[in-house]
Amino acid sequence: MNRLQKDIVIIGGGPAGLAAAVSAYDAGCRNILILERDRELGGILNQCIHNGFGLHTFGEELTGPEYAGRFIERVKERKIAYALGTMVLDLKEGNIVCAMNREQGVFEIEAGAIVLAMGCRERARGALNIPGYRPAGIYSAGTAQYYVNREGYLPGREVVILGSGDIGLIMARRMTLEGATVRCVAEIQPYSGGLKRNIVQCLDDYNIPLRLRTTVIDIIGRKRVEAVVLARVDENNKPIPGTEETVPCDTLLLSCGLLPENELTKGLPVEMSSVTRGPVVDDHYATSVPGVFACGNVLHVHDLVDYVSREAGLAGRYAAEYVASRMHTSDAGQDTQVHSSAESKDTPVHSSTVICTAEHGVRYTVPEKLHFPMQEDVVDVKFRVDNIYRDHYVSVYVNGERIQHIKKRILSPGEMETVKLLQKQIGQSFGGADIVSVTVRLEEE
Amino acid sequence: MAEQQERTTGTSRGNIRELTCIGCPMGCPITVTIEEGGMLSVTGNTCPVGDRYARAEVTEPRRIVTGTVRVKGGRYPVVSVKTASGIPKEKILDIMKVLKQTQVSAPIHIGDVVVADICGTGVDIVCTCEETGKE
Repeated sequence: MNRLQKDIVIIGGGPAGLAAAVSAYDAGCRNILILERDRELGGILNQCIHNGFGLHTFGEELTGPEYAGRFIERVKERKIAYALGTMVLDLKEGNIVCAMNREQGVFEIEAGAIVLAMGCRERARGALNIPGYRPAGIYSAGTAQYYVNREGYLPGREVVILGSGDIGLIMARRMTLEGATVRCVAEIQPYSGGLKRNIVQCLDDYNIPLRLRTTVIDIIGRKRVEAVVLARVDENNKPIPGTEETVPCDTLLLSCGLLPENELTKGLPVEMSSVTRGPVVDDHYATSVPGVFACGNVLHVHDLVDYVSREAGLAGRYAAEYVASRMHTSDAGQDTQVHSSAESKDTPVHSSTVICTAEHGVRYTVPEKLHFPMQEDVVDVKFRVDNIYRDHYVSVYVNGERIQHIKKRILSPGEMETVKLLQKQIGQSFGGADIVSVTVRLEEE
Repeated sequence: MAEQQERTTGTSRGNIRELTCIGCPMGCPITVTIEEGGMLSVTGNTCPVGDRYARAEVTEPRRIVTGTVRVKGGRYPVVSVKTASGIPKEKILDIMKVLKQTQVSAPIHIGDVVVADICGTGVDIVCTCEETGKE
């Protein structure tokens, strides 16, 4: 079997993979390969033709393909290698990537470092336990989005959407503009997980009702969807008898959450988080397997692509630094082409790893492992909350002492939140003392 | 079907408009009253962003419209397009009708003008993707 050697192999050519590749290159690594299973780079952005991307990264509102285009351009300017139509089959110990495509058949790559950037996929009907037959006309919202925006094909005329995440809201507007009638968007929670802007501009603008605390309890139709039965739910999300209502439609779209796509990751002994369903990473986006990094939606599902790009940029840079430091240790004294900024500084002799605790409304943090003393001026710790909280404080405790206490008028599960750990602040407060615990939690006062 | 809509935003009663602010996740419910002489009074917002949003939304709501048009010789049957800037909200459906009847040819690139001055808005429809054409 053909075997290649690469300093960094990036799995996935979506927003995370592209940003990781660019910053790995800019950190000095020249032997990079992006593997993408689709026939083009850009990932899911290519079908997200609505605008609203890039406000943080570019200071303007772009559509998905335009946002992807900016990063694809950067990859091409740098002449970073990428392989399209290439499916990664397996990851093996020793950081071996096994992949295949039409031209090369099955081949292996020995990677100095691997960046996992496979993204996520939608929760499917099977995971929702909706009873009924299996007629045509049931799609995940993203599948319908692909049909409409890429294939130019309208998958239904009368639509009910289950789940009010952003993709569901965006598709409510998109299907309406293409001539379909969207009967309603049903949401089992008492609030929508989507952005306010999408509620207003995708539903209110077109008088599409959002029905909270409502779910689909039956699908009627044998060959094609003929109707769905909606019911209100109680506080335990159980349908309330007597509230059933049959809504005629030919299409049901499911927009019920995204799951990181980590089947490949499991080929390696990577420690996983049961909350995010992604790998556990440290402040260098390194997983528990040396040389394997993760970023983007395969790590944890993000709300904005801008945050994916930023995170992946860090992961790519750290991967490049990892590769450079390994070269230095293997051929000490020799001049290597790869230059690393971090490793020229004095590596701390005594470094400790602390697990960041998420509690009191904070579901998880990414990164979950933090190194002290900190090597960066600032480390962003990202998290999501488990409910809607008004007028709460986000607090950070280090060694049991509260060092941050930030008032938030609103926190909602649909939005990713960030706290910044500042090296200066921690250095001043704790001096040379060992950091033994870090906790992020919500507090009422 | 029995309407059980929990929310009534975006509605207007006479000279009163109910809006949901899109400035941040708070989503403040805003009431705009159009007083005699066209003066607007904005209540319910909790910050200046809400005030600005409500005034613009009541006097001249604009939207960026995104969609697709058919493409000849492309790898896919359609390419994505958008209005280069916001257009008056009431023109959205007219614009969609024009897009349905528009066809372009590959190759076509990001920023290429697909329809100039769509529906007399003074705004162009531009391509938002790279379609290099079939090999």
